[in-house]
Amino acid sequence: MTAMTDSATMLRRNLLHLVRYPSLIIATIAVPVIMLLLFSYLFGDAIAAGIGGAAGDFDYIDYLVPGILLMTIASGAVQTAVQIRSDMNEGIVNRFRTMPISRTSVVTGHVLGSVLLNVTTVVVVLGVGFALGFRPTAGIVEWVAVIGLTVLVSFAITWLAVALGLAAKTVEGASNTPMVLSFFLPFVSTTFLPLEALPSGIRWFAEYQPYTPIIQTLRGLLIGGPIGHNGWLAAGWGVLLTVLGYLWSKKLFRRDPQK
Amino acid sequence: MTTAIGVTGLRKSFGEHVVLDGIDLHVPTGTVFSLLGPNGAGKTTAVQILSTLITADAGTITVGGHDLATNPHGVREAIGVTGQFSAVDRLLTGEENLRLMGELYRLPREENRRRAATLLEQFDLVEAGKKPAATYSGGMTRRLDLAMTLVGEPRVIFLDEPTTGLDPRSRHAMWDIIRELVAGGVTIFLTTQYLEEADQLADRIAVLDHGHIVAEGTAAELKRRIPGGHVQLHFTDVRELDTAARILGNASRDLESLTLTVPNDGSRRALKALLDRLDDASIETESLTVHTPDLDDVFFALTGHKTDDQKVVTR
Repeated sequence: MTAMTDSATMLRRNLLHLVRYPSLIIATIAVPVIMLLLFSYLFGDAIAAGIGGAAGDFDYIDYLVPGILLMTIASGAVQTAVQIRSDMNEGIVNRFRTMPISRTSVVTGHVLGSVLLNVTTVVVVLGVGFALGFRPTAGIVEWVAVIGLTVLVSFAITWLAVALGLAAKTVEGASNTPMVLSFFLPFVSTTFLPLEALPSGIRWFAEYQPYTPIIQTLRGLLIGGPIGHNGWLAAGWGVLLTVLGYLWSKKLFRRDPQK
Repeated sequence: MTTAIGVTGLRKSFGEHVVLDGIDLHVPTGTVFSLLGPNGAGKTTAVQILSTLITADAGTITVGGHDLATNPHGVREAIGVTGQFSAVDRLLTGEENLRLMGELYRLPREENRRRAATLLEQFDLVEAGKKPAATYSGGMTRRLDLAMTLVGEPRVIFLDEPTTGLDPRSRHAMWDIIRELVAGGVTIFLTTQYLEEADQLADRIAVLDHGHIVAEGTAAELKRRIPGGHVQLHFTDVRELDTAARILGNASRDLESLTLTVPNDGSRRALKALLDRLDDASIETESLTVHTPDLDDVFFALTGHKTDDQKVVTR
């Protein structure tokens, strides 16, 4: 109860920061939107022609958007890590630590704020996708599943980003390490190309890294096609990464603050 | 008299570096206790441990009647902390900062609004209350910081170097605020590197050096132990200096700079007596400087070595 009230207070604090300094929201949305425009307009036809034979007759924008949605969630990781690190560097967090409140509420507030921001940016990017011609075939059940997976993956990536932010010593450090989540993993997955079209070494990595089953599941739900074991893998990765990120963050936050 | 803060055998090391090496403290409720020492003496570490921010390696500590090791939450309910590094949310306005504290202390909405307004008034921040704290001056930030500490009406307040880096006017304003708090009955644990500040505010002073308490007592008691007061007489001529040295007897000569150092507490009467003796002997002095005991003297007297940090402010 205490923890929930305090976390809600901290969430309001973070939302106030976001509303007052919306540059964070814009920065988070910009990368996936640019990728969307770049790949649909610039490379779209070429890629569609190249892989069209293997994947059948399809619009590349329909293939692209589901992966870009995950990239949108992941692009929030950098902001989350930077925010948590700069917050830790400010004296206010030390004040919170000496107050009779739930210890982790300041972190939980950040996580809830980031997840809300992620959901908002996903909706915006989805809107841009629609404007570019994305036409999903999902029914109500599929949409509910998409929302559920989006929220779960948001929690997973956000908790990992929080841990990376806490582990970093400086704000600069906190802006670098989450690039693995926001940039590296989306590129070596099926975001832009199907597995068969990837070079063999990368294909092996892409097949077994967590983003691929998540993207394949989102894709299957939104535009149809087989999901198979990817559904369970996606949910499993989501839960596993959330738990790992949470435990890691908690351990890091419980440490004595650095001098 | 009940004990607000009791510390026995407090130890803390960071790696190989021993910061606090067996500290014992006793602060009665409703008094001001000052921990005096130069940068790096361990003052901030002591405050961080007593305020539950970091953990001690050894020692028993009670604050506000609660054992710090077994009931940190109880301690947190009793205390407020204002450190030398601002603990305000710079992105929020002054008023929002105060109300954030109120929400965390579970104040009812209306009472929270009222208390924030009262504190803004009391700390001369009414105008600034609507502006983000990032735009505040050092003195304003420190006042907001302390106001935030008071939202929870703490019974024990830790002030870690509350005036370091403030201009003289802000410093005196802060002293007035602290005196008002004391009048209200709270216990204050104050760290400072200024002897004058401890002198102005504290009932008892402990001098911390390299993790040890080297002296403890009232300001008057400590000053009696410091023989640092002296007057320096500057001469233009060696013969005048020698004559003066002969007449004054108890003086040390520095032939290179042509100065004579004479013990003197700097009071009007003592100075007049000194000048009269020089006049009687018709000795011309070029100039004279009065040196009252400062932190360096305290340290030299109590520890036999100078403060490590030569930048320490000796005002």
